[in-house]
Amino acid sequence: MKLISLFAAAAIASAFGAYTPPSAAPLNVVVTTPDLGAIAREIGGLAVDVKALAKPTEDPHFVDAKPSHIVTLNRADVLIEGGAELELGWLPPLLESARNTKISTGAPGRVIASHGITMLEVPTTFDRAKGDVHALGNPHYLLDPLNVKIVAKEIADHLAAVAPQSAALFNTNLAAFNARVDAKLAEWQRELGPYRGAKIVTYHRDFVYLAERFGLTIATTLEPKPGIAPSPAHLAQVITIMKAENAHVIMVQPFQNRRTAETVARQTGATVLDIPQQPGARPGVNTYFELMDYMVSSLANALNPAK
Amino acid sequence: MHKSVWTATLVAAAFVAIDSARAQQSRPGAYMNLGFSGLADLGWSTERNVASLQRGDHDPRVRGFTIPNVELTLDGAVDPYFKGFANIAYKIDPDGESGFELEEAYFLTTALPANLQIKGGQFFAEFGRQNTQHPHSWAFVDQPLVLNRMFGPDGLRGQGARVSWLAPTKWYTEAMVTLMNSGGETMFSFRTEESSEIHGGVPAERDVARASDMVVVPRVATSIDVTSTQTLLLGASAAIGPNNSGESANSRVYGTDVYWKWKSATAAAGFPFLSFQAEALYRDYDAADRTSIDNPLVTFPRERLIDRGAYAQVLWGIKPRTIAGIRGEIANGNSGAFDSEIRAERTRISPNFTWYPTEFSKVRLQYNYDDRKGIGRDHSVWLQFEFIMGAHAAHRF
Repeated sequence: MKLISLFAAAAIASAFGAYTPPSAAPLNVVVTTPDLGAIAREIGGLAVDVKALAKPTEDPHFVDAKPSHIVTLNRADVLIEGGAELELGWLPPLLESARNTKISTGAPGRVIASHGITMLEVPTTFDRAKGDVHALGNPHYLLDPLNVKIVAKEIADHLAAVAPQSAALFNTNLAAFNARVDAKLAEWQRELGPYRGAKIVTYHRDFVYLAERFGLTIATTLEPKPGIAPSPAHLAQVITIMKAENAHVIMVQPFQNRRTAETVARQTGATVLDIPQQPGARPGVNTYFELMDYMVSSLANALNPAK
Repeated sequence: MHKSVWTATLVAAAFVAIDSARAQQSRPGAYMNLGFSGLADLGWSTERNVASLQRGDHDPRVRGFTIPNVELTLDGAVDPYFKGFANIAYKIDPDGESGFELEEAYFLTTALPANLQIKGGQFFAEFGRQNTQHPHSWAFVDQPLVLNRMFGPDGLRGQGARVSWLAPTKWYTEAMVTLMNSGGETMFSFRTEESSEIHGGVPAERDVARASDMVVVPRVATSIDVTSTQTLLLGASAAIGPNNSGESANSRVYGTDVYWKWKSATAAAGFPFLSFQAEALYRDYDAADRTSIDNPLVTFPRERLIDRGAYAQVLWGIKPRTIAGIRGEIANGNSGAFDSEIRAERTRISPNFTWYPTEFSKVRLQYNYDDRKGIGRDHSVWLQFEFIMGAHAAHRF
């Protein structure tokens, strides 16, 4: 029993050593990925303090369930997750350990951003022989600005439920954000308009919603199936398809294998575009609008035959 | 008879589970996650009696093929206040007989105040790092020697309750204490019928007379992010309770554990990474005056049996889905009146290589160089294959 009291004493001592009392300040909003954080900042303004669990540069399907994330979630007033199984491999054990009822399923503090989104590529049969297909559909839906508006509304509603005193602020911010998205969307569509129907190639099926919104066609992917590493035989096929379909842009995210993309690009004369989907992955690209501006202008530049 | 009935039932249950897992995916928000995973080992050892070398219950046990572990896992929210989890393990022993174990079945509270959480049921005690892990998440094909010696072939597992408290500190600190029944074959350092393997005597009949006849397992774990890509996790644990070498003898096991991991900021599928994991354990076992189990004319005197052991392992996730690992181990005990094989000095070095075609399957090749003092040196090579169907349990850190 002496040992137990020793353990307890050590734990209590460490607790008081580092304890900082909660301030009455902004809501602690925890997001699984930085793109959700960028939207939460637009809506929450100074009334929220946003912290992302995944790094902007890492694969959001495979985030480590680090103990520091348990502490972050334990102190959260609001949790915003992408949903659609994006975080299935790491979020459940963190939530189990975080023991925070404010963000339990069904609580106002728990936002599942995919609610209300019309998901693309929802499989009709479940068969992992087809790769790691998400049962609820393709989870990379934030690349469609209209989906972003749906998510922004969902976030504003939950923030208002958690902090009714700031509801007016959240609604004002939401209206301003929506107006800006509408204006920017028209601008982005103008910029990409000349390339409607253009063929692009991606590493993973992660730019599907962008292609759908802006009328681009994904000719093929470097991965033969979702989550399956490219094989030489498949890459040979990719090269054939790219040549046949005149696809000359390959889009890769920071964590994807750029060397594979470069190999294919050398054989096809294509351009490899480094396009992060997360704000913060490139210097100077920190907000939602900066990210989309960067994405659209890089893409328009690469697709321009006169360049 | 019983075994075949069980096998038939469980095989049927497994198929239902797989079907349900698929059905469940089409109905988001179904009430339970179901997963099914299987391990198969193939290999050879210079030790003819492989089971004397590979003593873990989920280790390869023969020259040739072993099916060391097939698991059916079920989990889900019970209601807004509890979660439930069950793990049913099936195995085929070296004689080809199927067996099954209700390895874990517990509830976990989800809505207690003051950062508290209670777990109750049958579960692996939270002692150190690897004891709570299921074979499918082990980095090597076999159980570390020191865990086998302190906690037996199945690890420290039993019926009990655990209270845990997450400290309100800036960095992660969790304190927990588990109270468990002290009897049964999975309470190897305590009131188990198998205790004669440690002390050589006839196990004493020993009832549970007072609360101190239970096993108490306190643990404190703390972690910091050294940098944005490096995390360090440290823990200290103990397990204290009665043993049945005599009517009032006790055992005390102490352990420390460390885990460090670096993962690239631009990790793809979690790679590349480098990790280090080590555990060191110390056991102080009071052996009472006892009669030899082999010869009723021989008695052993009261004595303290001190055992120590440690393992350290490094894993290098070279590129997506490819890991090279190496583990070094040492275990020894002081000399006692009974010459126990599982207390003698032993070292083992195990390099291995693991390839994951996807996160749902893996192929592993491992070599063990084993040195048992007084017995000799052995070489073993094991190839392991794993598959997972249905819900894939998320990985803890």
